[in-house]
Amino acid sequence: MRQRGVFSRAALVLGLVFLYVPILSMIVYSFNNSRLVTVWDAAHSPTLKWYGVLFSDGQVLDAAWLSLRVAVCAATVSTILGILAGTALARFGAFRGRSLLVGMTTAPIVMPEVISGLSLLLLFVALQQAIGWPRGMGALTITLAHISFCMAYVTVVIQSRLAGFDESLEEAAQDLGARPAKVFWRITLPLILPAVLAGWLLAFTLSWDDLVISQFVAGPGSSTLPMVIFSKVRLGVSPDVNALATLMVSVVASGVVVVTLWMRHQQRRRERDAQLAAAANL
Amino acid sequence: MQQPERHAGRRLVAGIPALWLAVFFLIPFLIVLKISFSEARLAIPPYAPLITWLHGLPIPSIHLSSYAYLFTDPLYLRSYLYSIMVAAVSTLICLALGYPMAYAIARAGEAWRSFLLMLIVLPFWTSFLLRVYAWIGLLQNDGLVNSVLLRLDLIHHPVTLLQTNFSLYIGIVYSYLPFMILPLYANLEKHDTALLEAAADLGARPLTAFLRVTLPQSLPGIAAGSLLVFIPAVGEYVIPTLLGRTDQIMIGRMLSDEFFDNRDWPVASGVAILILLLLVVPIVLLQRVERRERIAGSAP
Repeated sequence: MRQRGVFSRAALVLGLVFLYVPILSMIVYSFNNSRLVTVWDAAHSPTLKWYGVLFSDGQVLDAAWLSLRVAVCAATVSTILGILAGTALARFGAFRGRSLLVGMTTAPIVMPEVISGLSLLLLFVALQQAIGWPRGMGALTITLAHISFCMAYVTVVIQSRLAGFDESLEEAAQDLGARPAKVFWRITLPLILPAVLAGWLLAFTLSWDDLVISQFVAGPGSSTLPMVIFSKVRLGVSPDVNALATLMVSVVASGVVVVTLWMRHQQRRRERDAQLAAAANL
Repeated sequence: MQQPERHAGRRLVAGIPALWLAVFFLIPFLIVLKISFSEARLAIPPYAPLITWLHGLPIPSIHLSSYAYLFTDPLYLRSYLYSIMVAAVSTLICLALGYPMAYAIARAGEAWRSFLLMLIVLPFWTSFLLRVYAWIGLLQNDGLVNSVLLRLDLIHHPVTLLQTNFSLYIGIVYSYLPFMILPLYANLEKHDTALLEAAADLGARPLTAFLRVTLPQSLPGIAAGSLLVFIPAVGEYVIPTLLGRTDQIMIGRMLSDEFFDNRDWPVASGVAILILLLLVVPIVLLQRVERRERIAGSAP
């Protein structure tokens, strides 16, 4: 027993080192003065030089702005669609077409991105020929494509949250005469709010990070941030990308820590309320 | 009285996302299938219609030329097999590394567990592209790995690590490891340790107890994790482009090159259909496993 515990713990530590060394190396080298990314120029480092280079790069800033707009739209629409699909799957029991809906919401998650990208582009081309919409490829087609794969993830998050608590509260409200829409707004939505938030953040991140699907549906005029990064790093390592990575990692890390702490706080409060309620009943 | 109204509401709730996915997920595949049977030509869009109208009569023109091309050119067959091999080997490495990690997290104390899980999930929230890019800096000839090895006198000249199978496997394992760990953890965490104690009381050695009790119980987790790694790895595009070999490309890159560089839409569509045919069985298996795990998980 002991020995295996040691083995698996060693593997865990090694695995975590493996996961984090690349990220840490980018952070460290983003403060390096040397253009040779891997040579630490001790005399002139740490420096914020590459952050300056990054913020004066118009192409990067334009791309970041486009990515931000697309990600906010895609996350919002896919969260709404994901709430609908998750509710249907978790609450409606068996209905006609359920397995089709299950299939269509899980398949995009594992689908190789090149296939999703190609098929969506061909769809847009066919639509353009048939009805003249969407006109040209750009922010709109990228957003539509992102919504489609993001909503699959949101659906899974919402569905598992809904499966996690029973329907008694909703049934009670319904027995007291509340209409289904009111039950949803007053009971279900507040209960699944953490999952809605998590789903939105997940969708935002997936859209913000997507490269392959965007590359297919972006058209020649518009580039998202990952597309600009990709064309930079295909030519080799460039230090300003390290600076960009450091900024993105810090935003994500602080965001995740804040959300985790907030959720734990909510959890504690709920437990305390439950205890108080139980005590009052005695 | 409320019944019909409720039905209409339900139909709307399920219908809107279903309609969206039908338009943006299902129909696109049918278009890919259609174009894979047409013929490339110099036009916009660059493929011939499947049905042409002659004096009011439909003339079907279905071509198998793109498939014929894919099956006769050994380049495609090699790339197809290479992708399967890379995905399979990466899955095995993920399993070998991920299983003990998931096991250690599942057996860790309550307070540690959520922290460790957060550490596993955190990289998933940061840009996939940037994390793959980080390995270029680590693995290039004057990169961190080579300089550490030189400093330790383990090697005397820098070793070529980039654009090899080694760097490709590193990149895929690194990117997909959390997909292996999470379902394994979800499974291992549910195990009843009383069974292991019973096995120990009956005189089973720890290894025997692991092989006879823990491992068989965790098979659904192994299956889910392996499929979650294998399926996307087969069609991976970014990692092989940045870290992989230049003399042997994977099938996802092949598709992209056919489409963007050669502008051969029918052949690109044919490649997509072949990848899908390869992945249909694993995807159906994955849905089975996940459904069974969910039912098992919801049981008290």
